[in-house]
Amino acid sequence: MRILTLVKRVPATGGRIALNPDDRTIDTAYLGFVVSPHEECAVEEAVRLAELHGGETVVMTLGPAEAADQLRDAVAIGIGRAVHLETDGGDWDPIATSTAITDAIRVLEAADGPFDLILVGNESADSGGYQVGIRIATALDRPCVNGVKALEVAAGVATARRQATDGWEVFELPLPAVIGRLRAKKKEIDRMEPEHRPASPELIRLALPVEQEQTAEILGTGPEAAPRVVEVLRELGVL
Amino acid sequence: MSTILVLVESADELPDRLSLEALELARRLQGVIGGDVEAVLVGGDAAVADGLGSYGVTTAHVAAGERLAAYAPAAWAAAVQTVMASVGPAAVLAPGSERATEVLAHVAARTGLPMAANVTDVTPGDRWKVIRQRWAGSLLEEAWLDGDPYLLTVAAHAIPAAEAAASAATVSVARTEPAIADADLRARVTGHVPSASDKVSLSDAKVVVGGGRGLGSAEAFAMLDELAGLLGGAVGVSRVATSLGWRPHAQQVGQTGTRIAPDLYIACGISGAIQHIVGCKAAKRILVINTDPEAPIFSRAAYAVVGDVHAVVPAITAEIRRVGGGASSA
Ligand SMILES: Cc1cc2nc3c(=O)[nH]c(=O)nc-3n(C[C@H](O)[C@H](O)[C@H](O)COP(=O)(O)OP(=O)(O)OC[C@H]3O[C@@H](n4cnc5c(N)ncnc54)[C@H](O)[C@@H]3O)c2cc1C
Ligand SMILES: Nc1ncnc2c1ncn2[C@@H]1O[C@H](COP(=O)(O)O)[C@@H](O)[C@H]1O
Repeated sequence: MRILTLVKRVPATGGRIALNPDDRTIDTAYLGFVVSPHEECAVEEAVRLAELHGGETVVMTLGPAEAADQLRDAVAIGIGRAVHLETDGGDWDPIATSTAITDAIRVLEAADGPFDLILVGNESADSGGYQVGIRIATALDRPCVNGVKALEVAAGVATARRQATDGWEVFELPLPAVIGRLRAKKKEIDRMEPEHRPASPELIRLALPVEQEQTAEILGTGPEAAPRVVEVLRELGVL
Repeated sequence: MSTILVLVESADELPDRLSLEALELARRLQGVIGGDVEAVLVGGDAAVADGLGSYGVTTAHVAAGERLAAYAPAAWAAAVQTVMASVGPAAVLAPGSERATEVLAHVAARTGLPMAANVTDVTPGDRWKVIRQRWAGSLLEEAWLDGDPYLLTVAAHAIPAAEAAASAATVSVARTEPAIADADLRARVTGHVPSASDKVSLSDAKVVVGGGRGLGSAEAFAMLDELAGLLGGAVGVSRVATSLGWRPHAQQVGQTGTRIAPDLYIACGISGAIQHIVGCKAAKRILVINTDPEAPIFSRAAYAVVGDVHAVVPAITAEIRRVGGGASSA
């Protein structure tokens, strides 16, 4: 079984974000960089499935030279091989990103055979486009489902579960190819230079949302506050 | 004619809240560019289509058929494309749900059009200017969007839900049975596994009672269940409460949990870490119950009780019972 995982290098913001004076980029001077969190799960999933079923795992990223760090992180937890689509660091829109990655997948598959599974994140942490994986699946004519929380593979079928309001939805997807055991041989990073086209959506500027700070009305201290709380619940119409 | 086509999802035979938010953005857009607002419903809930007139929808396209009986992302996209082909909309708006976002992304992929996810505002023009959420709402991006039609999903709980007009205008319902290719059914729902979760869904609840580390034990959450039951609400929790195994992850509120937008969020023993706030900041009002008046959550709260949750919450439920209020079983 061959599994490809797609990861993106993003700053580890811890939730608080500061902007650079150009209002087009975020200030990363004091930030470390990580693999976008959903994709970190995908990397772990790939390693787990490959241990279970055998096969080759590959991790790929499209990003600046420094994104090699994130590829190394993935290799460190057990991914066999890393591919780096190196950019000059600018923002790539979802169409450009998925086109470059699809082209690279075609090159890799032509050389080494198709990937049974391609794992992506539900959305990237920074841009949150919710689409790169779906665009790649469509271009490669493969079934795709997003938002999956549990995944198992057996007999050429991936069983994916995703949360619904009333429990779990189960999807069963046929894998695109026959499973052939391939051993990871090299751990070098392959470099490619994809062509960059104009962006759409095209960035104009970034802004931080206005946070509404407020002063809480103290309804009381301890259990004695209960009658006043219930009054407020009535005023708000929730009781 | 510049028609705005809105993907509408439903729950209990009514358009769901996120769809009403998308309809609200569509009507605001209509105010600027004119034309009609039309809806597309996939999988067929005809009763929902009939009621859309009161939200300003002139035509509701109901796409149904055997091949649309179970949810399949690509098939849903094919159905939306069929309707797009007959309507020729200027823009297609999808609500910010997991499904609708996925469906519109498939439409974008299949048509090769750009798509902007989690949009909070649009300024139409030669090119449309959108404001969209990045970093789970911690950052807003202003960007030019291209596309004919423009494809965008509306960020959850960033815009109020459209209000129904007092007198419902009639809506014309157009039924279609789109042809769905076998390939579009490769990924589809083949089963459901029910979970023993609350009766009220967290993302739709009018009242959410939240609990965090301050509860101290799994057992202590029983009093939150009780209060939520009395208020007809749901229980939501911080990540600490799920990490410690006190509550299932499905109840987590925050960046890596559910986004809630209740009328009232009662945050008990929760400090108000930014990752938690991201999930509850759309609440109309927050009532905090916490021993530490310096906890960051106070700066988000409309009301606060300083005190031990183990004493305050039972006192509130007792008081509700005493005055004879509360939903019995909701
Ligand atoms: C990438 C990332 C994603 C995350 N995603 C989420 C997320 O989705 N949701 C989330 O919630 N967190 C998330 N977190 C974790 C978050 O940073 C906080 O650690 C977490 O929200 C804190 O939970 P808490 O408020 O229950 O606990 P604490 O921060 O420990 O706060 C406990 C509070 O209870 C009060 N208290 C103590 N005893 C009592 C008592 N007897 N009565 C009343 N009050 C009492 C204390 O004063 C304190 O304010 C994430 C973190 C990271 C790094
Ligand atoms: N630059 C990138 N390099 C590798 N994978 C990416 C990149 N951008 C997006 N992806 C993958 O596509 C998923 C969805 O991204 P997005 O559409 O930006 O939300 C991410 O979780 C990644 O798995």
